[in-house]
Amino acid sequence: MALLEIKGLTQRFGGLQAVSDFNIELEAGELAGLIGPNGAGKTTVFNLTSGFYTPTEGSITFDGTPTRGLRPHQVTALGIARTFQNIRLWHDLSVLDNIRIAQHHRLGYTLWDAFLRTRRYTAGEKAIDAIAWEMLEAMDLKEYANEVPRNLPYGMQRRVEIARAMSMKPKLLLLDEPAAGLNSVDVDGLIRLIRWIHDEFDITIWMIEHQMKVVMSLCQRIKVIDFGSTIADGTPETIQTNPVVIKAYLGDDTI
Amino acid sequence: METFIQNIFNALQWGSFYALIALGYTLVYGVLLLINFAHGDIFMVGAYISFFVASILLGQIGGFFELSGPMALALTVPLTMVLTAGVGVTLERVAYRPLRRKGAHRLYVVITALMCGIMLENGNLALLGASRKALPEMIDKVVYTIGTVSVTNLKLMVIVTAFLVFALLQFIVTRTRIGMAMRAVAWDKFALPLMGIPLDSIIVFTFVLGSGFAGLAGLLFAMSYPILDPYMGAMVGWKAFIAAVVGGIGDIRGAFIGGFLLAFIEIMVAAVFPSTFRDLFAFSILLFIMWQRPTGLFGVAKTTKI
Amino acid sequence: MRNYTLNIVLAALCLLVVGLSQFGVLDQYSETVLMFIGINIIFAASLNIVNGYMGEFSCGHAGFMCVGAYVSSLLSVTLFTNNKLLGAALLPPELAPLLFPVVIAIGGFVAAGFGLLVALPSFRTRGDYLAIITIAANYIVISLIENLEFIGGPRGFHGMKKVINGMRDLADIPWMLIWVLLGTLFSLWLLRRLVTSTYGKGISAVCQDEVAAEIMSVDTNHIKLTAFMVSSGLAGVAGGLYAHIFGYVNPQAFNILKSTEGLVMVYLGGMASLSGSVMSAILFTLLIESLRFVIPGLDSVLHSVGLLPDGYELSQIWKWVIIPLILILLMQFRPEGIMGNRELSDVFPKLRRWYTLK
Repeated sequence: MALLEIKGLTQRFGGLQAVSDFNIELEAGELAGLIGPNGAGKTTVFNLTSGFYTPTEGSITFDGTPTRGLRPHQVTALGIARTFQNIRLWHDLSVLDNIRIAQHHRLGYTLWDAFLRTRRYTAGEKAIDAIAWEMLEAMDLKEYANEVPRNLPYGMQRRVEIARAMSMKPKLLLLDEPAAGLNSVDVDGLIRLIRWIHDEFDITIWMIEHQMKVVMSLCQRIKVIDFGSTIADGTPETIQTNPVVIKAYLGDDTI
Repeated sequence: METFIQNIFNALQWGSFYALIALGYTLVYGVLLLINFAHGDIFMVGAYISFFVASILLGQIGGFFELSGPMALALTVPLTMVLTAGVGVTLERVAYRPLRRKGAHRLYVVITALMCGIMLENGNLALLGASRKALPEMIDKVVYTIGTVSVTNLKLMVIVTAFLVFALLQFIVTRTRIGMAMRAVAWDKFALPLMGIPLDSIIVFTFVLGSGFAGLAGLLFAMSYPILDPYMGAMVGWKAFIAAVVGGIGDIRGAFIGGFLLAFIEIMVAAVFPSTFRDLFAFSILLFIMWQRPTGLFGVAKTTKI
Repeated sequence: MRNYTLNIVLAALCLLVVGLSQFGVLDQYSETVLMFIGINIIFAASLNIVNGYMGEFSCGHAGFMCVGAYVSSLLSVTLFTNNKLLGAALLPPELAPLLFPVVIAIGGFVAAGFGLLVALPSFRTRGDYLAIITIAANYIVISLIENLEFIGGPRGFHGMKKVINGMRDLADIPWMLIWVLLGTLFSLWLLRRLVTSTYGKGISAVCQDEVAAEIMSVDTNHIKLTAFMVSSGLAGVAGGLYAHIFGYVNPQAFNILKSTEGLVMVYLGGMASLSGSVMSAILFTLLIESLRFVIPGLDSVLHSVGLLPDGYELSQIWKWVIIPLILILLMQFRPEGIMGNRELSDVFPKLRRWYTLK
C-alpha cells in the first residue's frame, strides 16, 4: 500500500477551480517532485495534504488513514511535516525553541504536569531537548541554537525550517520551494542536504520546486500540473522531453 | 395595536440614531480597518457642541447673538456638523496618523482609539463638571395624531434625516470618484498612492463624513432627549457599534439596516422584559453573531492564504 | 544554592512585610496599598498571557475579576458567617483560614469557566473581534449582576468583613495581607511555570504565526483555550482577594475602566514579560495612589498662581484623563513598554549569577 494516496482531489475556492482531479500514489522512500507554472495549484495540493484545507472532492489517505476532516495538527501527528514557500519560522523565538515547539504532538505531559513540574514533565522536556539538540547537531546548526531566525542569513533560515520539520520524525516531508531565494552556492548545499536527508533517514520526500537543477537532480519521479490539472507524470528524462510540458512550463527554444 | 405602532415609531427613531452613528464606524473601518472606539464619544462631543452653539446663537451664553429658534437651528445644524467633523479629524491627525506613518501594529491603534474615547468622556466630566446641561428648545413641538398613535415632528425629522443621510452616503460611496477611492483603500492601501490618489486626503474625508454625521446624530439626540451627560456616548456608541457589526462592518448598507434591526430588537425586548435587561440582550446578540456569523449580515469573509 | 536564592529573598521580604504590619509599623493605608499592588500584579500578569504572550486583544479582563470576586464572596459568606440573606454559617469559623484558599480557588475556577465561554467565539474571529467580544462579556457580567437583586444588584454585596474578623479571632495577624502575598506569589509561580515549558511556548508560537503553529503540530484551539482559562482564572483569584480586602464589592468596580487599568499595566510593562508586568503593576498602583495627593496639590498650586478660576476645582476625575493619556503616549512613543518582551534576567544577565528560576 502506498504511503500517500490521493484520489480525485478537486478544490474549488468560490468560482475558482484550483485543483482538478489530482491523483498520486507515493510509495515509502520515494523522492518525488511537483512542478508547474505559477498559480498551477501546487501549494494548494500541499495545503490539502497537510490538512489546512478540506478538499471539495476527492480523498487523501496517508499511511492507511483517511485525512478528511482532520485538523492540521492531527494530520501532522500522523507523520507529515512540511516547509513553506515563504519561510514561516517564529522569528521572536530562538532556533532551539522553534524546534522544541514542533514537538507539541508528543509532549508527553499535560498542563497540570507543567504547573507541578512532575516527573512526567521533566522526562518530557528532557526528551524534547534531546530531539532538538540531536537535530541541530545533524543539520550543523548547533552554534545558532539560541539565535532568533531573523538574525540568520536566508539560506540558514531555510535549513532551520527543514530541521524543524525533520525534528518531527515524519514519514513524509513536504518541501514547498525549498530553493526559493537561494543563491547558487546555497542551492548546491540544499541539493546535498536533501539528498543526505533522503539517504540518512527512512523518509519519503515530495517537493515543489521551480529551479530545474534541483528537481532534475533529486527527483526520481516528477508530476507536472497546470491550471489545477495534471499534464504529465514520469521520470526526469521523460518530463524534460515531453512537448506538453515544454510548451506549458519549461520553455521552448524556438521562440 | 396602537402601542405596537407607537413602538414601531420609537424603534425607527432609535434605529435612526444607531444607524447614523453606525455609518461612521463602518466608513472608518472600511477605509482603515480600524474600529474607531472613540466614535461613540464623538457623538457625545457633537451633542455638547450643539448645546454650546445653540446656546450662543440663542443668546443664552455670551449674549452675542439673539436669533430666533428656527434660525438658530438652521445654523446649528451645519455648525455642529462642521465642528464635530473637526474633532474627528483632529483625533485622526493627532492620534491615529502618527501610528499609521510608523506602520504600527493595528493593536496599538485600536488601544489608542479606546483610550481617546475614555479621555473624551472623562475630560468632559472633568472640565464641565457633573451638572447636566440641557439643550435649549429651538423649534416648537408639533404632535401629529392618527387615531391613538401620536408622533412628534421631531421624531419624524430624525427618521427622515437618517434615510436622507444614508441615501447621500450610498451615492457618495458608489457613484463618486472619491467614494470609489474610499472603497479602494480597503482593498489595498499601498497601491493607492502609487495610482496618484492621496491616501491621507481620503482618510480625512472619511473621518469628516463619519464624524460630521455623528455630530448630526448628537444634535438630533439632544433635541429629542435634551439632558446631556458625558457618558451618553458610551452606551449609544456601543449599541451603534453592535449594529454595525451585526450588519457587517465595512458595508454601509449593513450599518444602516443593522441600526434599525438592533433598535427593533431592543424595543421588543423592553416590551417583554424589564428594561434593565435591554443592554444585556443587545450585548448577548452581539456575542451570538460574533460566534455564528462573524462577518455579519452583509459582510464578506476573508480567507488567509498560506 | 543558586536555585533557591530567589525563593529565600522573596520569603524574607514577605516575612518582613507581615512583621511590619503585625507590629504596627505599617499603617492601615500603606498595608492596603501593598495589597492593591499584589492584586494588580496578579491582574496584570494574568492579562499578559492573553494580550502579551498570545498577542490577542482581551479588553474585558475585569469581567473575570468580577466573577471571581462574587463567587468567592458568596461562598465565604455562606460558609463562614451568619448572614441575613444567606443563612447561618455552614461551617465553624475555625475552618476559615484552612478553607479560604479553597474558596478563592473556586472563584478562580468559575472565572476560568467564564473565560472558556468567552474564548469559544474567538476561534472563528480575527484580532479586533476579540476586543469586541471581551468588552461585551465585561458589560454582560456587570449587567447580569446588577440585575440580580438578591445579592445586592447595583448596590453591591458585603459581609466578607465578618469572615476576616472570624479569622482574626483565631489569631491576631494581618490575615488579608498574608493571603494576598501568598496569592501573588502563587500566581507568578504558576505563570512562570507555564511560559517556560515547551507547552507554554506554544502560546508564543500561536501569536507569531498561527498557521505555522497549527501545521507544526500545535493544537491551536486547545492552546488558546488554555491560555484564556489560565488568564481568566487568575483574574478571578485576584477578584476574590480584592473582595475580601474591604469586605464589600460592587459590580461597577469591575467595569471597562478597571479593564483599562489592566491594559495600561500590561503594555506599560511590556508584552510577554512577566517581570515587566510585576514592575508596571507596582509603578502603576503607586502612581494611582499618588494622584490622590498630587491632584489636590496641583489644584492648590494652580489656584494660587491664578491659572485656575476660583469656582473650579480639579477633581479626581482627572485621574481618568491621565491614565488613558499614559497609554496613548505609550502607544505612540514606546509601545513595547518598559521591558519590551524580555525578562529582567535578559536585560541584566549578571543577575543570572545570583538566581535561577525553575
